[in-house]
Amino acid sequence: MTREGWIRLVVVAAAVAALEIACRTGWIPTTVVIPPSAMATSLYDILVSGTHWGDILVSLRSVAAAGVLAIGLGFLVGAVIHALPPVRSAAEPLLASYYAVPTFMFYPVFIILFGVGSAAIVAIAVLLAIVAMISATLIGLDRIPRVLGKTALIMRMGPVERAFRISLPAAMPYLFTGVKLAVAYAFIGVIASEFILSGAGMGYAIAYAYNNFNNREMYGLMLLIVVLVTIVNTALDAVDRRLQARLRR
Amino acid sequence: MTVAALAEVADVSAVEDRHVRLAGVTRVFGRPGTPKSVHALGPIDLDLRRGEFFSVVGPSGCGKSTLLDVLAGLSKPTEGTAEFEGRPIDGVPAGVGVVFQEDASFPWLTVADNVAFGLRRAGVDAAEIARRVDYAVGFMGLKAFAGAYPAQLSGGMRQRVCIARTLVMQPRLILLDEPFGALDQQTRLLMGDELLRLWRETSATVLLITHALDEAAMLSDRVGVMSARPGVFIDVVETGWEVERDSRIVSHHRFGDITGRLWEKLRTESLKHLRDG
Amino acid sequence: MKSVLGPAAVLAVLLLAWEVLHLAVANTGLPSPLATLMQLVVLLGEAEFWAHASQTAQAFAAAVVLSTVGGIALGILLGMNRTAGTVSEPILVNLYSLPKVTLYPVVLLIFGLGISARIAFGIMHGMIPLTLFTMNAILQMKPVYRRSAAVMGLTPWQTSVSVVLPAILPEVITGARLGVSLCLLGVLIGEMFASRNGLGYMVMHAMERGDMPTVLAVALLLAIVALLVNAALLALDRAWRH
Repeated sequence: MTREGWIRLVVVAAAVAALEIACRTGWIPTTVVIPPSAMATSLYDILVSGTHWGDILVSLRSVAAAGVLAIGLGFLVGAVIHALPPVRSAAEPLLASYYAVPTFMFYPVFIILFGVGSAAIVAIAVLLAIVAMISATLIGLDRIPRVLGKTALIMRMGPVERAFRISLPAAMPYLFTGVKLAVAYAFIGVIASEFILSGAGMGYAIAYAYNNFNNREMYGLMLLIVVLVTIVNTALDAVDRRLQARLRR
Repeated sequence: MTVAALAEVADVSAVEDRHVRLAGVTRVFGRPGTPKSVHALGPIDLDLRRGEFFSVVGPSGCGKSTLLDVLAGLSKPTEGTAEFEGRPIDGVPAGVGVVFQEDASFPWLTVADNVAFGLRRAGVDAAEIARRVDYAVGFMGLKAFAGAYPAQLSGGMRQRVCIARTLVMQPRLILLDEPFGALDQQTRLLMGDELLRLWRETSATVLLITHALDEAAMLSDRVGVMSARPGVFIDVVETGWEVERDSRIVSHHRFGDITGRLWEKLRTESLKHLRDG
Repeated sequence: MKSVLGPAAVLAVLLLAWEVLHLAVANTGLPSPLATLMQLVVLLGEAEFWAHASQTAQAFAAAVVLSTVGGIALGILLGMNRTAGTVSEPILVNLYSLPKVTLYPVVLLIFGLGISARIAFGIMHGMIPLTLFTMNAILQMKPVYRRSAAVMGLTPWQTSVSVVLPAILPEVITGARLGVSLCLLGVLIGEMFASRNGLGYMVMHAMERGDMPTVLAVALLLAIVALLVNAALLALDRAWRH
C-alpha cells in the first residue's frame, strides 16, 4: 500500500474512533448515533440471524438488473447517437443538463407504468444511471485515435472485426468509467426508491427501522450499505485505474 | 535462348524495375472545378525499383501524406494510375506495411501481443508466431520490454513497436509517414540506423516521407523533392550511397553536398509555404 | 439558430412520446402533457402551492449558499497540500457515490424534523462535488502559473487572488453546477420523507391521493427550474472559460 493509502486508513480509523469515544462518553447521545462498535455488532446480528437476507437480495437483484440494463442500453444508445451526428448535436445539450433535473420526482410515473414493485424501482434506477453510460460511450468513441482507424484499414479489417478488435478495446477505459458511474447511480436509484416508496429492500428496511425507533437495527443496516457500496466502488475503481494507466502517455 | 524468352526476361526485369509505378497521379479534394476544391497533389510520375529506399521531402502541406495515402490504398487518385507489383492499387494491397507519424501501438496489448497481432489474425501457427515475434522484438531492441504495455514505454520505443509490428508481416513495400517526427534528433539518427538495418534485412522497397533533410540524405538511395501545393516532384536526387551504410555517413563529405542541394531546391518552396500560410 | 432547432426537436419528440404513453396507458391515469400544463397553471394560482414552494426555495437557497462556501473552502484547504488531496480524494468519491438517502434518518435524529434537516441533507449532496472539483483544479493547475507568480514577486495573498482563483474558476463553476442540482435533489428527497411541507412533500401527498396531474405538474416545474438554473451556470461557465 502507498504512503497515502496508510494515511487514509489512519484518518478513517481515527474518525471512527473519535465517534466511538464521543458516543461512549455520552457527548453524542445514543438516541442520536450509536457507537460504531454497536453498529458492527448489530450488522453481525443482522447477517447471522438472517432476518434481512430477503431485503438484501431484493436490493441487490434490483441493482444488478438496473446496472446491466443501464450499461447495455446506454452503450447501445451512445453508439447509435455517435453514428448519427445530427441526432447527436440535437441530443447533446439535453444530455449535458440531464443530471440537473431531479429525475427522482418522476418516480410516481413509473409506479403508474410498472406498478408498485421491483420493476418501477429498476426503471427509475436505469433512468438515473443510463445517461452516464451514454455520455461515457460518446466520449470513448470520440477518443479513439484516428491513427488506429487508419491502422485497421491498413490491416484490411472489415467493419465488424474493426469494431471488436480496435474500437471497443480502444474505447474501453472511457466505457469503464461509464460502467463505474452507472453502477453507483443504480445503487443510489434503487436504495432511494426503496427508502421513499417501497415495501421491500434494504432502503425500505432502514426507513422501517427509523419509523419504529429501532436505532440499533437502522445503524446496522446503514453500515451494511456503506460497506457494500465501498467494496463495490473500490473494486470497480481498481479496474478503472488499471485501464486508465494504459492511456497515460 | 529464344527471342521470346529474351523478351520475357526483359519484361520481368522491367516489372522488377518498377515495383511501384505512379503515372500522372493527381489528387483533388472536393469536387474538381468548384471554388472549395483543393488541388493537393500531382501530377506525379514515379517509379520505385524493387528494394529501393526512396524518400520524399517537401514543405508542410505539400501533399506528401496524400501521396502515401494513395500508395497505401487509403485514398484514390482523382486522375492517373497507381500500380503496385503490376496491379492497380484498389483498396489496401496485400504486402504493404505502413508506419504512421502518430503512435499507432495498441495501448491495451503488451509489446509482444502488439507485434503478434497481425500474425494471429492471419492464422499463423503459434510456434512460428513466437519465433517471428521473438526475432522482431529482439531486432528492434525491445526484448526487455516484451511484457510491457505501450504506456510504460517512451515515444521512440512505441514507434519501434509499430515498426516491429509492420516488420513481422514481411511486407514487400514499407511506407513510413514521418515516423520519427515526434522524436528528438539523437533518437532519430539512431532510429534511422535501425531502419537501414531493417531495410537490408527484408530487402523490401521503402518509401519514407519526412521533413528532415538530413534524414532523407542519410537513409535514401534517391530523394524526391516536392514543391509547395499542389505537390509535384521538382527534383530527384541520387545519393549514390552503398547499401552498407549507417548514420555515421553524416560526416561524409558528400553528405553536405546532398543536403545542400536538397535545401536549395526546397528553400524557395518552403518560403512560398511560409508566405501563403 | 441550428443549435436551438436540434434540442427543440428532441423536446418535441419527448412530448410526443409522453402523449403516446398517455394514450397507451390511459386507464392507469397518466395525465397528458396538456392536462399537466393546465394543472400547473391552476397550481400557480394557489396560495398553498406558493407556501410549499417558498419552503423548498428557502431550504434550497440556504443549502446552495452553505455548500458552495463550505465546498470551495474545503476544496482549497485540501488542494493546497498534495498529500491531503491524494488521501481525501477516494474518500470523497466514495461518499459521492454512496446512496446518501439511507443516512437521512441520522440527519433527522440530529436536526429534528424542521427545515434545518432538509438544508443539512441538501448540503450533504451538494458539497462533495464542489470540494472535489475545487481540490482537483488546484492540484492540477499548471505549475508554471505558480512559478510565474513567484518570478513576478507576488505575495502569497496576491498569488491566491490574481493567479490561483482565476485559474481554477471554470472548474469551480462546473463543480457548482453539479452541486446546485444535487442540493435541489437532496432538499426534495428530504421533503418527501417525514416532512409536512415543501414541494417534495406536495408530490408525495398528491401521489398518496392518486392526484397524478399534480405530481407531474410539480415535477415538471422543478425540472424546468433546474434546467434554467443549470443553463445560467453553464453560460457563466462559458463566459469564464477562456
